[in-house]
Amino acid sequence: MNSDQKRFGVSRRAVLAGIGAGTVLLAKPAIVRAQAEPVRIGFPTPLTGPFGAEAKDQVKSAELAVKLMNDKGGIAGRKIELLVRDDKLNAGEAATRTLELIEKDKVHAVVGALSSAVQLAVNEVTRARGVIYVSISQSDTINEVKDFSRFTFHEALNPHMTTAAVARETFKKGSRVAFLVADYAYGHEMLRGFKRAAAEIGAEVVGEILHPFGTPDYSTLMPRIRAMKPDILAICNFGRDQANAIKQANDFGMKKQMQIVVPVLLHNQRIAVAPEVFEGVIGGANYYWELEKTIPSAKAFNDAFKAAYDGALPTDYGAYGFTGVSALLLAMQKAGGTDTDKVIDALQSLKYDVAKGPQHFRACDHQSVQSVLVLRSKAKAEMQGPADLFQIVANVPGSEEMLRSCAELGLPPT
Amino acid sequence: MDFELIVMQLFSGLALGAILVMVALGLTIVFGMLGIVNFAHGALFMVGAYAGLWIASLTGSFWWALLVAPIAIGILGMGIERFLVRPLYGRSPDDPLLLTFGLGYVLVESVRITFGTDGIPFSAPEALQGVVDLGIGYFPVYRLFVMAVVALVLLLLWLALEKTRFGLIVRAGARDPLIMKVLGVDVGRLWLLVFGLGVGLTALGGVLAAPMRSVSPEMGTLVLAEAFVVTVIGGMGSLLGAVVAGLLVGVAISMTALFAPEMATIVMFSLMALILLARPQGLFGRPGLGA
Repeated sequence: MNSDQKRFGVSRRAVLAGIGAGTVLLAKPAIVRAQAEPVRIGFPTPLTGPFGAEAKDQVKSAELAVKLMNDKGGIAGRKIELLVRDDKLNAGEAATRTLELIEKDKVHAVVGALSSAVQLAVNEVTRARGVIYVSISQSDTINEVKDFSRFTFHEALNPHMTTAAVARETFKKGSRVAFLVADYAYGHEMLRGFKRAAAEIGAEVVGEILHPFGTPDYSTLMPRIRAMKPDILAICNFGRDQANAIKQANDFGMKKQMQIVVPVLLHNQRIAVAPEVFEGVIGGANYYWELEKTIPSAKAFNDAFKAAYDGALPTDYGAYGFTGVSALLLAMQKAGGTDTDKVIDALQSLKYDVAKGPQHFRACDHQSVQSVLVLRSKAKAEMQGPADLFQIVANVPGSEEMLRSCAELGLPPT
Repeated sequence: MDFELIVMQLFSGLALGAILVMVALGLTIVFGMLGIVNFAHGALFMVGAYAGLWIASLTGSFWWALLVAPIAIGILGMGIERFLVRPLYGRSPDDPLLLTFGLGYVLVESVRITFGTDGIPFSAPEALQGVVDLGIGYFPVYRLFVMAVVALVLLLLWLALEKTRFGLIVRAGARDPLIMKVLGVDVGRLWLLVFGLGVGLTALGGVLAAPMRSVSPEMGTLVLAEAFVVTVIGGMGSLLGAVVAGLLVGVAISMTALFAPEMATIVMFSLMALILLARPQGLFGRPGLGA
C-alpha cells in the first residue's frame, strides 16, 4: 500500500511540476507569486493494526483542521496540505516514513503518531533534522530531558496528569488497588503515574500483572486478580486490548467486587462492545463531545465535524488530531509562514482554544497545559441516545500545577 | 500461593485450551486430509464471527447464528476449494499456500470495506451470561458452554471419521487418493466436503469466540498463529494431537500467567520450539507427513 502511495505521490508531483512549469511560461509574474508553495504537514499514524479505529479518527480530525484553515485562506495565502502516512504501529516504519516525509516530500512540520514508543521514534528523526513535531499520543518520556528538544511539542495529555486526575476521583486512603498493565511503554508510564498518585492519596497497591501487548484472552489472569482482593482494578492498556480486558473482566463478574478504572476511557472501544460491558468503568479523557454543553469551541468543533462527516461525532484521540494540527496552523499563521524558528516562538507564546477550552504550551517542556476529563461509562438505561456514552465526572481545569516540575524533568525552568 | 488458586488456574488453562482446540481443528483437518496449509484460516475464523454477527442481527438470535454461520461459511469454503484450490492440486505445495495467504488479505479487506474497521459489539445470549461458582472460584457460564460445544464437536467428528463409511473413505482418501480413484470413489467430491468441513469448523470457532473477544477485522491474525502452534505441537494433521496440544498450550499459558504473565505469549512458542527439537513430527504426527 505504501509503495502505491509513493508511486502515486511521485507521479502527481511530476504532473504538478509540469503544470507549474507551464504556468511560469504563460502567466504573468503576479499570478506566479499568488500560487506560492503550499504548506505541507506530515502525519504518520497507525492506520493498520489494533489502533486503526483511533488512527482513522485522528486523520479525519486533522483533515478537518486543515480544511477549516484553508477555507479561511490558508497560511499567508498558501494552501495547506496534509500528508498522511501509515506507520503500522511500528517504530522503525514510523522513522522511515517520517524521514521520507522530511527528505522527499519536504514537509514543513510533522504532527501525529499514536503509540508512546512510535512517537519517540518520530521525535528522534524530527529532532535530528530540526523539524517541528507536534506529538499527539500520551507520553511522559517525551517531556523529559533525554527526549525533549526545542522542536518537540506535546499536544496530548501525559500519563502523569491523566492518572493523577483519575486517581483523585477514584482512589481513597486505604483503597486496595490492583493493576493489569500492557507490557510496553504506555502501560508502564500509566502504572508509574497511578502508583505515584496512590502513594500521595494513601492507597495500597496489592499487585501488578503485566500482559503482552495485543493479548486477546485475559481469562487466565482473572483468578489471580480476584485473589488479590482489590477494591479497584486499574487496567492500563490501549485500543482493542482495553475492550477485550474489560469485556472479560466483566464476563468473570469482577465488577461486582471491584471498581474498574482505566487511565484513558476510549470512545471507540466503548462503542465496540455492549454498554453493559463498560458500565460503571471510570477513566480519563482529553475530549468528549458533551463538552459542547459548556464550552463554545467544543460546540464549533462538533458542528464542523458533523457537517464534514455525515453527522458523526469526534472522539477523544480524534480530537488530538484536530487540536494538534490547529495549534500548529495557528502558530504558523501568527509567524506569517513556515520559518521553523518563528513558528517555534509562536507556538511557545500561543494561547489557543479550538475544541476544549484554553490551552497553551508550557515553556520548559512544551507540554500542552489543558483540562483533563474524568468520565464514567453509562448504563444502557441512562443513555439518552446511541452517542450518550459517558457522564463527565470531573473536568479538571488545565494548570501547570498538574505537571511534574521542570526541575524534576531535568529541564531548566524558563 | 494457595491451593485453590492453582486448581482454578489449571481449570482456566483447560478452558482456554478448549478454545485453542476449536481454533486449530479446521486447520488440522484440512492439512491432514488434503495436505494444504490453509493460510486463510485466521481470516475465515474472522469471517465466521462476522457472519454470526450478521445473522444474529437479522434473526435476533445467537442460536441461529451459531447454527447457520458455520454452514454458510462451510459452503463458501467449498466454493473456495472448487474454484480456487482445486486447479492447484498436483502443483508445488507452495501454490495453495500462496493462494490462501493472499485470500486471507482479500477476506480481511472485504470485511473492512463491508463492516468498517471499528470493532462491533456481540454479546452472549442472556441465558449464558453471568458467572457460576465452581467451588474453587467463579467462572463465566459462557466459557463452560464453549467447552461443552467443543467436546460435542470432537465427539461427533470422532464418530463420523471412525465409525461411518464416509469416515472410512475420507481416511483412505487421505492415505492414497490414487487407489481410491481406481476403486471408483469420487475423490474430488470428497475433498470438496472435507475442505468445507474444515472451513465450517473454523467459522464455528469464530462465532464461539465472538462474545469473548471483540469482533474486529484483525481478530484472526493471532488466531492463525495460535492454530499453527497447536497444530505443529500436536502433529500436523492429527486430530488427537490437536486436542492434546490445545489443552497443553492452554495449561502452559495459564500456569505461566501465575508466575510471569508477561511471558504468556512467548511460552506458547517456546513449547513449540521444544517439541520440534525433541519430536519434529509433533506429539502425534506421522513422520514425513507434510515434509
